[in-house]
Parts: sequence; structure tokens; C-alpha cells
Amino acid sequence: MSAVMAARRAPVGPMLARQTWAEFLKLWRVPAFSITSLVLPVMFYAFIGIGQASEEVSPHVTFGAYFLASMAVYGVANVMIFSFGISVATERGMKMDVLMRATPLPPYVYLLSKCITAIVFAALTLAVLFPFAYLAGGVRLDPSAWVTLATRVLLGSLPFIALGFAIGYLSGPNSAVAVINLIYLPTAFASGLFFPKQLLPDFIQRISPYLPLHFFGQLGWDAIGAPTSESVSTDWFYLAGYGVAFFVVALWAYRREESRKFS
Amino acid sequence: MTPAAQLIDATKRYGNVEALKGVSLDIELGEVVAMLGPNGAGKTTSISLLLGLRKPTSGKALLFGLDPDNLDARSRVGVMLQESGIPAVLKVREIVDLFRSYYAKPMARDRAIAMAGLEEKAEALVKELSGGQRQRLYFALAVCGDPEVLFLDEPTVGMDVEGRRSFIERIAEFARMGRTVVLTTHYLEEADQLARRVIVIDRGLVIADASPKEIKSRVAGKRVRFTAAGLTDADLEGLPVTTSTISDHTVQLLTNQPEAVLSELFRRGIQVSDLEVSGADLEDAFISLTSHRATS
Repeated sequence: MSAVMAARRAPVGPMLARQTWAEFLKLWRVPAFSITSLVLPVMFYAFIGIGQASEEVSPHVTFGAYFLASMAVYGVANVMIFSFGISVATERGMKMDVLMRATPLPPYVYLLSKCITAIVFAALTLAVLFPFAYLAGGVRLDPSAWVTLATRVLLGSLPFIALGFAIGYLSGPNSAVAVINLIYLPTAFASGLFFPKQLLPDFIQRISPYLPLHFFGQLGWDAIGAPTSESVSTDWFYLAGYGVAFFVVALWAYRREESRKFS
Repeated sequence: MTPAAQLIDATKRYGNVEALKGVSLDIELGEVVAMLGPNGAGKTTSISLLLGLRKPTSGKALLFGLDPDNLDARSRVGVMLQESGIPAVLKVREIVDLFRSYYAKPMARDRAIAMAGLEEKAEALVKELSGGQRQRLYFALAVCGDPEVLFLDEPTVGMDVEGRRSFIERIAEFARMGRTVVLTTHYLEEADQLARRVIVIDRGLVIADASPKEIKSRVAGKRVRFTAAGLTDADLEGLPVTTSTISDHTVQLLTNQPEAVLSELFRRGIQVSDLEVSGADLEDAFISLTSHRATS
């Protein structure tokens, strides 16, 4: 009986591959997302980073390298929050989720495909930013430092997937962009991703060390050899804590939606 | 044999609104069933319960004897819903392939696209499709998994007469493959053309469940139509009819006793011209079934 039933279900592997490809195209073909994700970090790097790229911010660390780490963190977290937040909110608005729910697509395959797509996009962002910093910013790092930076930034971005997911379920399709910008941009500034924290207003300097992007930024700066205020394991610890918190909120928001729409 | 789809004394309440007030029905494999009823009667709610999109407040909904949320059950079902979105920036070919991947033994992509008559549009983006083409794409997505049961919630809504006619033919083609089709509609001729069984739902209750032919014979079997100048509702008072409508000078009556109606009209001295007595079609039957002042 169970063997007969199992044969009726489609294999998960090809389904996940198809779904991921579809999710990728859905983002790739929307220039407002794809251009912004790939170009914005490079653009900020060109405006802010290049002019003073060779100046040392601390011994043996150039501003070019420091700001590369900042923009890698900024760009990747940006992709995670936006790709998830906007696409989930839009699909809810279009009632795409209702049709999906009536198909045999398991919900976890749908979510996993979105995560994979976000990570692929984040990697693409780095694939554009790194060569740009190398060529235009003259950034020279040990090969191992490039790898460490890329790995940490991709791994450290996972909590922001959960944040994007939560925003996607909590905000409407039209307000998601605004909500994300209102949350993300100020915290990026407050975490010192655009200019040194010493220049920020006093009360923001006091909040700053508790922000998730602060810990994420530290991981990036440490990867290129800049001194940071906490150890790398402390940064991971807090970032993981934020990840769990975001995930709990996302799950709550998801359940709330389920009980409203599908009960 | 386990029915393909089953509601067992199902009720559904949204806040204070009782959308279903205890509906029981079995749909067997191979049946072509039309659920008929006015807007808000509970047709979409019934389908939603059967698909697991909504949970019954009390009673049960089963797909192949399983909870409708069960993926084994869902893998045997194709669905076309009202008001559901699909990604605008995917091509027809891509989204059909996507939906095919959800099913174990889907039909060939080109065949699904051909069944929906979208061969010319396979490379078009969803956002480039017209309303009718988009509706046909939903049909392609519903059949591409080669499902045993096809659920269609008001599939032809918003289409013109020609569009509806050809769409009905596509559904009939799928049904001829021996598949089960459950559709809701308020276009009554669709039920007559497609279904061998009609379930009439009104105000959350099943008020009839029979073949189109039986439904026609059970209610207002004849339609009497004539022209008469200056007639008012008062002139028709007391006639043995289920419904009467007067528009301009044309009077239409639905009745099971056309002879009695006519002799009463003549007795009252009403001047009748262009008299026509014919068998009621399903639309007439439907009107008298759901007519709450019906007395015959």
C-alpha cells in the first residue's frame, strides 16, 4: 500500500531543481531586483571606496580592503532580505501561495528553493564586487583572506534570510519595500557599514554594538585583517542568536498567515 | 472503492457567516460533476474543503480517503482556482515544466500546452498573455500532471461566448480520457453540456443532486412564453407557476402544468400572441430550484 502510494509522489530532487530555477528566473528577470543587488554595492564602492582606497585605516589594512568587507556584508544581507521579503510579500499579494498550496509541492521544497536562490544571488553579488575592488580599488589580499571573506559573508547572511522571510509574511505586497528600506538602511549606517562609527551620533553609537549587522560587519572586517571589538566566536554567537530570533518571528508570522488563510 | 472526493456532513463558518450548513457528497472516480449555484452559495467553499485549502468547521473532507493536505492525495489532483496568481516573468513553457515537476507521471509538456491551445504562446511570458490565454494557462497547469481528478472552480468566468464554448470542449476532451472532473459554475449551460451529474448548492446546502435530465424533469418542466400588451404581475396572480417574468410585453412562465396555466389565462380574457410552450432547459430548472418562493 505505502509502496503504491509513494510511487505517486514526484521525486524531490528534480522538483527542487525546477523550483530553484524558476525562483532564480523570477528574480533575475526583475531588473529592479537583479540590477540593484549586483550594481548597488559596486556603485557605493566606486563612490566611497576608490578615492581613498590606498589609505591605511589600521596597520597593513587599506581603506579599500576595509570598505570591500563593508560592501560585501551590505550587498549580501541586502540580497537575503530583499529577495525573500519582496518575493514572499508579492506572491502572497497575488495569491500565488493559494495555487501552490493546492499542488503536491511540499512547502519545504518551496522555501528551500528560495534559500538556494538567495545564496546564489549573494554569491553573484560577490562575484561582481570582488573583481571590481581588485581592479578599481587595487585591493590585494592573501588568497586565503578572499576565501575567508566570501565564506563568512555567505554563511553569516543566513540569519537575514529569516528576517526577510518574516518581513515578507508580516508586511503587505506594497509596503514590503518600504518596510525593508526603513529597517535595513538605517541599521546598515548605524552598524558602520558606510562610514566609521565614530562619526555617528552618540546615542546611535551606544545602540550600534547590539545590532545584527554590527556582528556581521565585524566578521567581514576581521577576515581582511582589521581589528574588531570582539572575538570572531563572539560575533558568530550573537549572529546565531539573532538568526534564531528572526527564525522564530518568521515561523510565527508564517503560522499566523496559515491560520488566517487556510483554516 | 474509495470515493475520489468526499464531504461528510461538512460545515464551514467564516466568522458569523455559515457558508456550508452540513453538506455530504461522494464523487466517484470517472464521474463528471458540476456544482451549480448562485454566487455565495458555497460552491467555492466546498472545493476549498476538498482541496485542503480550508478546514471544515465540523464534519470531514476527504480526497481518496485521505486528509486533503496529504501529498499522496494531492499528487493525484489537478486544480484550477479562481483568482490565483502565477509569476508574471516566467514563460508559458517554463511554468508548465515547473508544475509538471510536481507530479510523478506528468504528461508531455507540448501535450499539456496543446490541450490548452497555447502552442503559439509557449515562449511568451505570462505577463504578455491576454485574460483568456491566462485562463487557458491555468488549465494547462491543472492538467499537466496528468491527474486522476481535475477540480475547476468557475473555469470560464469572464470569457466570451466563443471562448467558453471552446474551453468547455477542452474540459470535455480531458473527461473523455476517463478522468474525474469536478467543476463549479454559474453558467448553467456548461453543466448541461459537460456533466452527467449536477449538484445544486444554495445557501450552504445541497438542494438537488441528480443528472441534468432528472433535474429538468423534477422541476418546472415547461416554459410558457407569449406576448401580451399592458400585463402586470397582478394579472398573473394565482397561476400555477414557479416563476414568472414580464419584460416589455414578453411574459415568461415556468410551470409543470402548462395546460392549466393556459386555460386560466384564456378564462381571464388575456390577449395572448406569439405563444410558445417548450421544455425548460437547465437554466430554467435552476431558477425554479433556487427560487425561494417556489411553491409547485
